[in-house]
Amino acid sequence: MIIKQIKKVQIPGLLLSLGIFVFVSMAVGTLLTHSSDLDISVVWSDPYYQHITKFSLYQAFLSTLLSVLLAIPISHALSRRSFWGKSFLLKLLATTLVLPVLVAVFGLLAIYGNSGLIANLFAYFEMKLPFSIFGLNGILLAHVFFNLPFACRLFLQGLSSIPEQQHQLASHLGLKHWNKFRFVEWPYIAGQIPHTAGLIFMLCFTSFATVMALGGGPKSTTIELAIYQAIKFDFDLQAGALLALWQICLCAILAILIQKVARPALLTTNFQGIDNTFPHDTLLSKCWDLFWIAMITLLVVPPLAMVVFSGINHKLWMVFNDLGFWMAFKNSIVIAAFAGMIAVIFAFFILLASRQWRLVGLNNRADKVEMLATIILVTPGLVISTGLFLLLREFSSLSSLSLYIVIAVNALMALPFTLKSLAVPMLQNAQKYELLCNSLGIFSLHRIYWVEWKSLKRPILQAMSLSFVLSIGDLSAIALFGSHSFSTLPLYLFQLLGSYQLESAAVVSLVLLLLSVGTFMVIESLFKETQPHIKRAKHD
Amino acid sequence: MIDFSQVQYHYHQQNFTFDLQVEEGSIVAILGPSGAGKSTLLNLLTGFITPSKGDIKIHGKSVLNRAPHQRPLSILFQNNNLFSHLSAFDNIGLGLHPGLKLNEKHKRRLQTAALQVGVEDLLDRLPSQLSGGEQQRVALARCFVQHKPILLLDEPFSALDPVLRVSMLEHVKSLADSEGVTILMVTHHIGDARAVASDFIFVDQGKALAVDNIANLTTQHANKRLRYFLSAEENQ
Amino acid sequence: MLTPALAAAEQEKLTIYTYSSFASEWGPGPKIEASFEAFCDCDLEFIALDDGVTILNRLRLEGDSSEADILLGLDDSLMATAKKTGLLAKHNIDLMPVNVEDGWKDDTFVPFDYGYFAFIYNSETLKNPPKSMKELVEERDDLKVIYQDPRTSTPGSGLMLWMKTIYGDQAPEAWKKLAEKTVTVTKGWSESYSMFLKGEADMVLSYTTSPAYHMIAEGKQQYVAASFSEGHYRQVEVAAIVKNSKHKQLATTFMNFMLSDAFQSEIPTGNWMYPVTNVLLPNEFEQLTLPVKMLTCDSNEVDKYRKAWTREWLTSLTD
Repeated sequence: MIIKQIKKVQIPGLLLSLGIFVFVSMAVGTLLTHSSDLDISVVWSDPYYQHITKFSLYQAFLSTLLSVLLAIPISHALSRRSFWGKSFLLKLLATTLVLPVLVAVFGLLAIYGNSGLIANLFAYFEMKLPFSIFGLNGILLAHVFFNLPFACRLFLQGLSSIPEQQHQLASHLGLKHWNKFRFVEWPYIAGQIPHTAGLIFMLCFTSFATVMALGGGPKSTTIELAIYQAIKFDFDLQAGALLALWQICLCAILAILIQKVARPALLTTNFQGIDNTFPHDTLLSKCWDLFWIAMITLLVVPPLAMVVFSGINHKLWMVFNDLGFWMAFKNSIVIAAFAGMIAVIFAFFILLASRQWRLVGLNNRADKVEMLATIILVTPGLVISTGLFLLLREFSSLSSLSLYIVIAVNALMALPFTLKSLAVPMLQNAQKYELLCNSLGIFSLHRIYWVEWKSLKRPILQAMSLSFVLSIGDLSAIALFGSHSFSTLPLYLFQLLGSYQLESAAVVSLVLLLLSVGTFMVIESLFKETQPHIKRAKHD
Repeated sequence: MIDFSQVQYHYHQQNFTFDLQVEEGSIVAILGPSGAGKSTLLNLLTGFITPSKGDIKIHGKSVLNRAPHQRPLSILFQNNNLFSHLSAFDNIGLGLHPGLKLNEKHKRRLQTAALQVGVEDLLDRLPSQLSGGEQQRVALARCFVQHKPILLLDEPFSALDPVLRVSMLEHVKSLADSEGVTILMVTHHIGDARAVASDFIFVDQGKALAVDNIANLTTQHANKRLRYFLSAEENQ
Repeated sequence: MLTPALAAAEQEKLTIYTYSSFASEWGPGPKIEASFEAFCDCDLEFIALDDGVTILNRLRLEGDSSEADILLGLDDSLMATAKKTGLLAKHNIDLMPVNVEDGWKDDTFVPFDYGYFAFIYNSETLKNPPKSMKELVEERDDLKVIYQDPRTSTPGSGLMLWMKTIYGDQAPEAWKKLAEKTVTVTKGWSESYSMFLKGEADMVLSYTTSPAYHMIAEGKQQYVAASFSEGHYRQVEVAAIVKNSKHKQLATTFMNFMLSDAFQSEIPTGNWMYPVTNVLLPNEFEQLTLPVKMLTCDSNEVDKYRKAWTREWLTSLTD
């Protein structure tokens, strides 16, 4: 019955989606069956694993709470004020989520670390830093650094989708500050909260590099990091796989809960900062807004600025003369470019399949197809890459396989994000042009080129740059395969930080920052001007 | 030339049955209350939906197992007739070749069609740089380059103002006359039907309740529901 | 003369997995590589991994398809675990030149250096260093220490065994007391040592030989290893041939070379450890703290209990 309803265009996408699911299951399965000197009950009854489960949940909860709560007044302030540099600040806010974790960690250490700016300031007054960045403090700080700007952006989108008439109506009715917030603005923020909080929680719950760099010992460890420890250091593949399954279960429960609470938020995707009518300004509300805008600025700008400033140092030349740096650079570019391309192509075909069902109202079926391909979001990259290698090691050696495995795993990890960013434009395209294409007989390659590619160039390239940037900052896929002869920029940076070569690390951080944020911003600005100039006929 | 014989279709517990013929060269207005099955009739003919029973023939040949683009007809939709990312030239060109591989002959035909509808100076523009009327004229030019004997109009001009709408329809009619094209047009403006159509089909309750000459589209018609529909429309 | 490319094509290649500081440009690797290649007419390649545990796990991951001919840089505590994988070959090397306390008889592993774990302090800032592990752990609340994670670093694992030999079943309480004066537990040695040098702690876990580096390379005398009355735990670093190696003969040649003066004399000032043969030591090594007693643990025992002991450490720290 279902087979009969599947159209030809859907086949590649359905096969891909199913393939990914089988592939992930096989990878986890391989690990589970590889070694068997472990008793499953150990994982559940082990006090240490109980502790890290609790800690993972606890830190994710706190990180989410802080990010979401702070984002409310900040986005509100940003929405009703315009000031010099606002658009630049908003751009920076968009970049923290794609920033390679270690670069951000480096920037944060340069400010809040034991020998960072603040510590130096304290030392000047002969005082000791009253806090340590290692442990829960640091984890929370980094998670808020990544996710608060993200939450702000989403809330701001919600706020800017308030129709202008509502602002006018509010001022006509004399709604001021708190009342206007309560009756007009809050509903638009509230609509964003469930899925924003859910996503942030998920990201923090499975946090890896942040916790590895700032955890400061076994006390502050997440499940994701424990999986890494189990596989890399104890070579306890089964424990790694069991922990991965445990994490998948917890995330699944969470995802279901979120879906129950969250209504799909309908947003206008093109974000414009409308100057809303704001006639009841007071000094107090000015100070209030200033406080929050200053706060987000002080959180985001200094660490990034420190990465730039400390990156230009006397080791620059030495790093640029190091063959190891250029090898890592080359590997990073190759991995990110291929992973980005594959992720977009996969997302494209999967969405071709799922949107066909959405067009005829079979949304559940479409959701399932997309969900299968998103499973990697909660499966640790290390588990996939290890499982994949164990499956393939009969055929080839690790050194010849590792590049391909890292590309494949990075592509899979970027896939959920490319799916998300292409889903709406692809569906809209189908809604608009499905009948027209059928009546004109525009199919397969013709359709892909003239209809999909020509009109979706911008979202496709944006999705590609997003997955490029995500892959270029990734540390988890390569964690097991890396050696000093096969490394990527994040791994190279990690090795430098590990051997405390901070000045060289600063240079590499700067390079990574430029690569990631640079790519992101270039693509964004390339496609800002969508209006081509009008060619007028000569006699006109 | 168009022959619906005992065509049945089910959708959401609603049954549609069509049994009717359309003569070659006629201009047929499809009238009826909304939701009655006007678009279903059109979609069955184009092939976007497949009947559960019966047969649809064009020129005496069944078209049921042919895909929409293989059927001898071209369509103008209410909206989204143009790819908004492609120029008017490309949009018309897609009617000639689905991969836009155009030879000299194709290009000449395209220019002629553009001239016919009066958009020859607008070919470089994107749809967003055209007015609503211009957009539909570009889409009409594409229908002409396709050289199909039947043209289906699914209220393509309903968004235009009444004067422009009637003038567009008359334009279509004169072009159709010169090319010998049969036209089926869905409309909810009885005035439009009277102005350009030669015949009408009244669709209600999932059936073609009346198929008749346009001269008989009066409140004295034998069909009770048509009389009711017409008086309701005209009282507006 | 052959062009380098042509020569390389005809040469046999020996692949050695080792840890990064051994292969790095400031470690002994490059010199050893040069001198071995000079007399074997072969191509020696070091694959640098994080540390001893990583070397072993890389081999376990690759299994029979590994490209490694030799693993260099495991330590004596990992020997039983490594043998259990069945991926290592017996060596047939004459162990006569080896001169370590208690002798060396293993048929799979050949030692290449050894050292004693110790806490290093700066004698200019710390005037009354603790005289024993028990004093450090139980009495000295004025001290801040940094050590390494036993799961991810060999000194960290060494400290775990050291604590175990001293405290036995009382180790969990001792870990908890030590935790109160721990600044941070780092992943690797170099990170913690650099933090110590920056002044972030009073003592750092390292080797009794570490002060030699400061004396010889920097001319600094103030860094000293605290001598503990319970004795110091010994670490012997070892190498072994991989069973599936396609270059067994060359690998055996290297293992013999490892016990030669050319290799051993690079150890004191390259790896900052004691050589295992009687090569001449730099004068500064005589000023180093020698343990009053050598502590060690049977590697079978370690293999059997490592997980439980690591767990013990983890739980004491997270409670």
